[in-house]
Amino acid sequence: MPIGRITIDTEGCKGCTLCATACLPRLLQTDTTYLNSLGYHPTRLVDPAGQCTGCGLCAVICPDACITVYRLRVARQPAARVGTLI
Amino acid sequence: MTRELLKGNEAMAEAAIRVGLQAYFGYPITPQTELLEHMARRMPELGRVFLQAESEVAVINMVYGAACTGARVMTSSSSPGMSLMMEGISYIAGSDVPCVLIDVMRGGPGLGNIAPSQADYFQIVKGGGHGDYHLIVLAPATVQEAIDLTCLAFDLAEKYRTIAVVLTDGNVGQLMEPAELPPMRPIRKPADQPAPAWALRGADARPKRVVSSIHLLPEEEETFNLKLQARLAEIRQNEVRFTEYALADADYAVVAFGTAGRVSQTAVKQARARGLRVGLFRPISLYPFPEAQLAELASRVKGLLVVEMNSGQMVEDVRLAVNGRAPVKFYGRMGGVVPYPDEVLEAIEKLVAADARAQTALAAPRSA
Amino acid sequence: MLRQAQEEIIYQRPNALANVVTHYCPGCTHGTAHRLVAEVIDELGIAGQTIGVTPVGCAVFAYNYFNLDFAEAAHGRAPAMATGIKRMLPDRVVFTYQGDGDMAAIGLAEITHAAARGENITVIFLNNAIYGMTGGQMAPTSLPGQMTTSSPLGRDVETMGLPLRMAEMLAGMPGSAYVVRRSLHNVKEIIRAKKAIRRAFQVQLAGLGFSMVELLSTCPTNWGVSATDAMGWIQTHMLPYYPLGDYVVRPEVEDLK
Repeated sequence: MPIGRITIDTEGCKGCTLCATACLPRLLQTDTTYLNSLGYHPTRLVDPAGQCTGCGLCAVICPDACITVYRLRVARQPAARVGTLI
Repeated sequence: MTRELLKGNEAMAEAAIRVGLQAYFGYPITPQTELLEHMARRMPELGRVFLQAESEVAVINMVYGAACTGARVMTSSSSPGMSLMMEGISYIAGSDVPCVLIDVMRGGPGLGNIAPSQADYFQIVKGGGHGDYHLIVLAPATVQEAIDLTCLAFDLAEKYRTIAVVLTDGNVGQLMEPAELPPMRPIRKPADQPAPAWALRGADARPKRVVSSIHLLPEEEETFNLKLQARLAEIRQNEVRFTEYALADADYAVVAFGTAGRVSQTAVKQARARGLRVGLFRPISLYPFPEAQLAELASRVKGLLVVEMNSGQMVEDVRLAVNGRAPVKFYGRMGGVVPYPDEVLEAIEKLVAADARAQTALAAPRSA
Repeated sequence: MLRQAQEEIIYQRPNALANVVTHYCPGCTHGTAHRLVAEVIDELGIAGQTIGVTPVGCAVFAYNYFNLDFAEAAHGRAPAMATGIKRMLPDRVVFTYQGDGDMAAIGLAEITHAAARGENITVIFLNNAIYGMTGGQMAPTSLPGQMTTSSPLGRDVETMGLPLRMAEMLAGMPGSAYVVRRSLHNVKEIIRAKKAIRRAFQVQLAGLGFSMVELLSTCPTNWGVSATDAMGWIQTHMLPYYPLGDYVVRPEVEDLK
């Protein structure tokens, strides 16, 4: 299981691709096969090799706050608090 | 309560304080600066909000902000300052937020002078700023009326969620007359008072509220405007105020408001002493305008003389109300000149004489 | 030894942000700024006591995008409206959110005097060197030589003057406690910007005076570049004229945690 993953609200996404510029392993791609109701091609996580670490930089740069970031917490470590990404 | 010798500006300020004014934002401008100065001394004494802003533009927006919290707020200014406030007045009128304004009119246009005038009638009574709205406008002629109408203005503003204006002039603002102030109403801090259902206080455990004058969709803007119009109709129905002097058996009527009204009253007395059956109709609410009363009056007098300290502004509304039932003449002085009673008397005599000539001409046999 | 692994949410949309899609263009950093303000309000736990004042400009509908009480101000007048609200309700958190036309053109008197008086409000200032809402005209913050619809040959300093540096100007006001300039053009700067916004709201909560965060922002549509190129535009064109930094930070503000 990958350490992290993200979901993008495809209806809120405007396809600006700023998240893609922030993702270091380059896991975010424009989905040219799909148009949301606003007429944008949303960006999606494409992570076949499970490289996402849940670093959250994509969420930091997203102007539309449509990214939710998940991360695996290993039991003995202190839990990360929601919203204290930065 | 006791009658005291009070200056108009200070009396209006103290009256507002007595009925629970919570915030005053203002800017110096002659001839109403005493009102600001009275507030500057009294409001902090009472632990209430006072601020002299950097301009009337800032003032009206501070009034707007404070009024959004549901508090009793007011400002006062004079003609050029009212012009500066027109943008803010339109915004407040478009937001259903109540507040009270006092305009102590002076000579104009432009910087003009600091003498009394009534030349803001069009501006204030017709709304002044952009858009379809009206303000409630009350016109005192004495210091006592200035006190009473200031108190009334707050009640009307809150009752109808609108702006109420006390429209007076430098004469009433500056003169000192014996008058009685209302007793001090106890005030609670805004935080303790239950807020009106629309007031902004922070969305604590309730849905958020927005105060805005924006209605982007034309249909929604029209709906809002229809609501405003319905409210104005209610105001026109319920809030007409006027006073009469020697009108019951009058053949001619003088129509005048504010200082022009009190000067005209003296002229009417003088006319009566000369045997002319003249009376005075003095509107106190300029909006809502006493149209029905003037229409009725016009059907039983032979002529009306409108006296104003401007080029002829209220006379247009009088003519609309009279609607041709009787001739309407106008006498006015401009630029801050206050007419003397004898000028008005002369105008009354001219009205009567002109009417007599017209009657004679009608009665004369036609030449073949 | 086998360790239990549990997936948890590290980040999600802040509660103070309303669940609506904004009208801002793709990549417009208004959205980022809104998000940061909402995150700070959530973290400080002040949503129930906050009242915002919106400008006229692209952010005119900001009241739709937050779950907070809001008042809509006339163009440039937000600081005056905020003053009225804050003077009436000193225990509430009152902030304005303004753009460069709203604040640096028509609203110059109102913002200057709010800062001079040390009005205990927080101002979020979005500087994107152009008038966005009305379609890309020159702003007081437009750069020399910048092409806009009202400076089609580029801003001519001779006839149109040099741009205004608002952070520097307001930092000089006697009542300013915390006036800083940050940027939203990359992840690192966005993180720094959020810290500044948080600090600004803390300044208000501590009653220390006027606080403002100027945020260098993008306008991809009116600059005529893509959203990603717009981020670079800030770096190339805006940073040299509008240096990031702390222009006034009173000692009491330094001590805030």
